[in-house]
Amino acid sequence: MINIVYAVLVLGVMGLLFGVLLAFASKIFAVEVDERIPAVLECLPGANCGGCGFTGCNALATAIVEGKAPVNGCPVGGAAVAEKVAAVMGVEVSASDKQIAHVHCSGSCENVKNRANYEGIEDCLGAIRVANGYKACSFACLGLGTCVKACKFDAIHVVDGVAKVDASKCTSCGQCAAACPKHIISLVPEKNPVRIDCSSQDKGKDVMDACTVGCIGCSLCVKTCKFDAIHMEGNLPVIDYDKCKGCQMCAKACPRHIIEPWNTPEKVKELQELKAKQAAAKKAAMEKAAAAKKAQEATAGAAE
Amino acid sequence: MTSILSISLGAILINNFILSQFLGCCPFFGVSKKIDTAFGMGMAVTFVMGLASAVTWLINTFVLMPLGLGFMQTVAFILVIATLVQFIEMFLMKSMPALYQALGIFLPLITTNCAVLGVALQNVQKGYNFLESIVYGVTGGLGFMLAIVLFASIRERLDASAECPKCFEGVPIALISASLMAMAFLGFSGMKIW
Repeated sequence: MINIVYAVLVLGVMGLLFGVLLAFASKIFAVEVDERIPAVLECLPGANCGGCGFTGCNALATAIVEGKAPVNGCPVGGAAVAEKVAAVMGVEVSASDKQIAHVHCSGSCENVKNRANYEGIEDCLGAIRVANGYKACSFACLGLGTCVKACKFDAIHVVDGVAKVDASKCTSCGQCAAACPKHIISLVPEKNPVRIDCSSQDKGKDVMDACTVGCIGCSLCVKTCKFDAIHMEGNLPVIDYDKCKGCQMCAKACPRHIIEPWNTPEKVKELQELKAKQAAAKKAAMEKAAAAKKAQEATAGAAE
Repeated sequence: MTSILSISLGAILINNFILSQFLGCCPFFGVSKKIDTAFGMGMAVTFVMGLASAVTWLINTFVLMPLGLGFMQTVAFILVIATLVQFIEMFLMKSMPALYQALGIFLPLITTNCAVLGVALQNVQKGYNFLESIVYGVTGGLGFMLAIVLFASIRERLDASAECPKCFEGVPIALISASLMAMAFLGFSGMKIW
């Protein structure tokens, strides 16, 4: 009996001693940097999407605390999260340019010719396996929605054969850009109004043959720009958004009308209308299918 | 002096904790992908084993034995080892963050490393005195380090250049290499010391 008492006492006392020892040790060996990392992590969205370029929210939080990443390092959270993180870190937010994804193609069904009918898997990755896609332009958006599947935020949709980004929903995580097998989606600053809506590196004549709106590489935009912000890379102009002032002179100069301000009210309205039309068409098709099924069932029932 | 020498040689080569007694195999496979981290893990285990041997010997001799609590050895030793590992974790986090990062989850796992508990219990079984216990602990740790560093260098070469069948890549070939190493270390069992 006494053995049990001793055993309990000995273990109890040892446990207590070790506990006190560890408590003191944790004070002595406390690492003060650690306190801010969970605080920053708390502010981040926690989706671990990797849009920031780090392996996850925890890695970004660590990098922010260590000064290796800016407080607005989270592209998904945007300004709201940047402010919270800045409050934790005790610094001012430098004005961050929100970036949004943009599909550099305007080759919709009516603009670009098809050179074949594709009846395979409904996915761009499948379509490019067959002679690099069914559209006459080898740079064109195939509109089969690989990017739509990649988007976790319902911000990209295929409208009239071309993927379009819904700027209000885009969180600039970059998943669509990574998923696109044609590599025609990129992240561009939201505040700049102009984008080049073509990715074709083909010669002018080939573009003319394939597409009514493709860039023919005339470089008029380059000559028009007063700020040296547009340069030709191959047969395609590229806008340097650090230099672009948003004067939209290039948009006026472009003979193919593919450097258009993307965020004018008309454009947004047009996009919404197109989306509504498409949704209505889908609904009608489904209703029709349902009605046909019903009718079939009815006739089958009558036959019995 | 001869007893200490024989204990050392025995713990490092003849009765190597990993390759002869199969104690502490979890970190042996978990942290042996790179020589640097393997070396760090070896150091940590050596340190914990040496310290654990000393502390558990003191507790066993001056607390448990006088009170006739020999049956409490395992429980008491686990408590000591857990505390030690916690302490070392804090110490490393403060002074060697790089090593702390590299060891990662395996540092807390030393708590449940059977090599550490094994050395404490064997000290009692073999009736070692205080000095012998410490020597057995430290050299046992060195034996662990020798095995894990050798194994890590083998695995580095395996990953870099060896052409091994697809189905053997990774852990399977590591297990086979470990068994071959254990067989090689079996050769030491013929050594006789005074």
